[in-house]
Amino acid sequence: MTAPLHDSAAETATVDVTADVPAKDIEGRSPGRIAWTRLKRDKVALAGGVVVLLLILIAVFAPLIVNLLGHPPNDFHEDLLDPDLGIPKGSFGGMNSDYLLGVEPTNGRDVFSRIVYGARISLLVAFLAAVVSVVIGSILGSVAGFFGGWVDALISRLMDLLLAFPQLLFTIALVSVVPDSLWGLTGTGVRMGVLIVVIGFFGWPYIGRIVRGQTMSLREREYVEAARSLGAGRAYILFKELLPNLVAPILVYSTLIIPTNILSEAALSFLGAGVKPPTASWGKMLSDAINTYQADPTYMVVPGLAIFITVLAFNLFGDGLRDALDPKGS
Amino acid sequence: MLVYLLRRLVNVVVMLVIVSMVTFGIFFMVPKITGSDPALLYAGRETNKTAIEGIRKKMGLDKPITTQYGLFLKGIVAGRDYDQGSQITHCPAPCFGYSFKNEQPVWPDLKQRIPVTMSLAAGASVLWLIGGVATGVISALRRRTVLDRVTMITALAGVSLPIYFTGLVCSAVFIYSLEWMETINYAPLTDDPAAWLNSMILPWITLAFLFAATYARLTRATMLEILGEDYIRTARAKGLKEQVVIRKHALRSTLTPIITVFGLDLGALLGGAVLTESTFSLPGMGKAAVDAINSGDLPVIMGVTIIAAFFVVMANLIVDLLYAVVDPRVRLT
Repeated sequence: MTAPLHDSAAETATVDVTADVPAKDIEGRSPGRIAWTRLKRDKVALAGGVVVLLLILIAVFAPLIVNLLGHPPNDFHEDLLDPDLGIPKGSFGGMNSDYLLGVEPTNGRDVFSRIVYGARISLLVAFLAAVVSVVIGSILGSVAGFFGGWVDALISRLMDLLLAFPQLLFTIALVSVVPDSLWGLTGTGVRMGVLIVVIGFFGWPYIGRIVRGQTMSLREREYVEAARSLGAGRAYILFKELLPNLVAPILVYSTLIIPTNILSEAALSFLGAGVKPPTASWGKMLSDAINTYQADPTYMVVPGLAIFITVLAFNLFGDGLRDALDPKGS
Repeated sequence: MLVYLLRRLVNVVVMLVIVSMVTFGIFFMVPKITGSDPALLYAGRETNKTAIEGIRKKMGLDKPITTQYGLFLKGIVAGRDYDQGSQITHCPAPCFGYSFKNEQPVWPDLKQRIPVTMSLAAGASVLWLIGGVATGVISALRRRTVLDRVTMITALAGVSLPIYFTGLVCSAVFIYSLEWMETINYAPLTDDPAAWLNSMILPWITLAFLFAATYARLTRATMLEILGEDYIRTARAKGLKEQVVIRKHALRSTLTPIITVFGLDLGALLGGAVLTESTFSLPGMGKAAVDAINSGDLPVIMGVTIIAAFFVVMANLIVDLLYAVVDPRVRLT
């Protein structure tokens, strides 16, 4: 019953791929190999992947990087500000070899350190929210696609409803009623938890729809029929036969949901519903910049570019991954 | 068509009931689950113990949860009376409670703000639909040209840019550096059309750009797929002019998925409007909600959430009707 079909994660997406292999080259290539070869040829996607990797390293080693190149993220340096205007002395927001990205207006904290620590919050919330979406989306999506009937109707309706919901406003509402300390967490911890759960919850229908569609087409395959004729139960077929073959599409759409989550986290922080100060967050930096951007545009441009580069890198990598795993691609 | 219409209407009612339940859940049940006291939240700055008990009684928080939900719904539909022991205050429909800040009912203030958010959302969606679909179609027809590549790269950048960043950059460039526009100072359309337009142009462009980018990508992909269909070949083979083939045959089918996505994006549009209002300091509903987070003014947040959800549901109904116009198959079911 353990058919060799689900050895590889990329199996599903590339079942029909044998047709693409040129006749002269009969040596067998696994679907995973084919996807990797395609990805290697896609320079733009690779560049995106490298940036993503770099950002993850920055987030993980934030304390080390700040130790080497910056100043503690919450230290005030008022001496670097123009005492009358409260904006940094020198051009480009006070950029120099000591303060790589300048200092912020009003308090004079090191912008470089705050960007590095902001990457932590941004990526952590985005990744964990993606995990929440993937878990709920895969389970409900595959159940809907596999069982059909009223189960499918109910779950599909729920997904449509959630997709049409004004989620930003509901998140703001939820954040405003959750107390500052909850289940042993306090301050920033609580807010991060709420952000992860809420962003993840509103994101699952995106994964759920894809998984549902894939499951519907997979459940008619011969190997499922074979398993059924050998007496396998529904749960066995769903979790042991179908889910492993759904890994590829789930992987692709989780890389594509991460940039959306990064934007959501930044937007909520921008609106004051994100992590609490003094914790550094890119969205909060932009909302602080609203008051000073005419005199000190650098402080607006730096966090804006940080968000832009991060989201773009994830989008490019995700698009490339999708194309590489697409069985119809050449 | 009638059956379709009826089904959509039932859908609207179901959506509204769910929205009211979710909102009620967030504001009256989540505080209980997370271990804080709803009465304490609605007490605002009040910390006196007897005053809090008064609020519990006045708002009916001591009653069973189903009764509370009933009162909550009745308040929105018909208005409700708050019994403060000695006197009874009447909160006219739609009642979302009293703002903690000025102790006034929430609705009259929010009502004034609706036109701001509506102008922003409606103008931006017109701009993005026209802009996005036009760019997508041109890109698909001029496939693999420089124009196509530039458009698609811009679109990808657009998807990755946060609204509040483009908004700030736009104001820095167009208002303060180039001085093409005056500083944004909202005035109602009926009072001062010029000031209204001046305050809306940049927010429209900023908000539309994000969505136009997504729609350009979607339109291009759909159009390319449809241009490969057999019926397009047939249309060309029977000697129709290329312009007619594109406009009457290809474009119409392209619009169907666009409208579906448009319906799904209405909620996101509202979120975008909230961000845009905060960026440009427009006195809309989103701005009210955001200001209310910082002051903990729960009734205002609740009012905005419900009104916004109501508009999203209604706009969805309009989209469904549009769908019937574009796709003739819908009218048969």
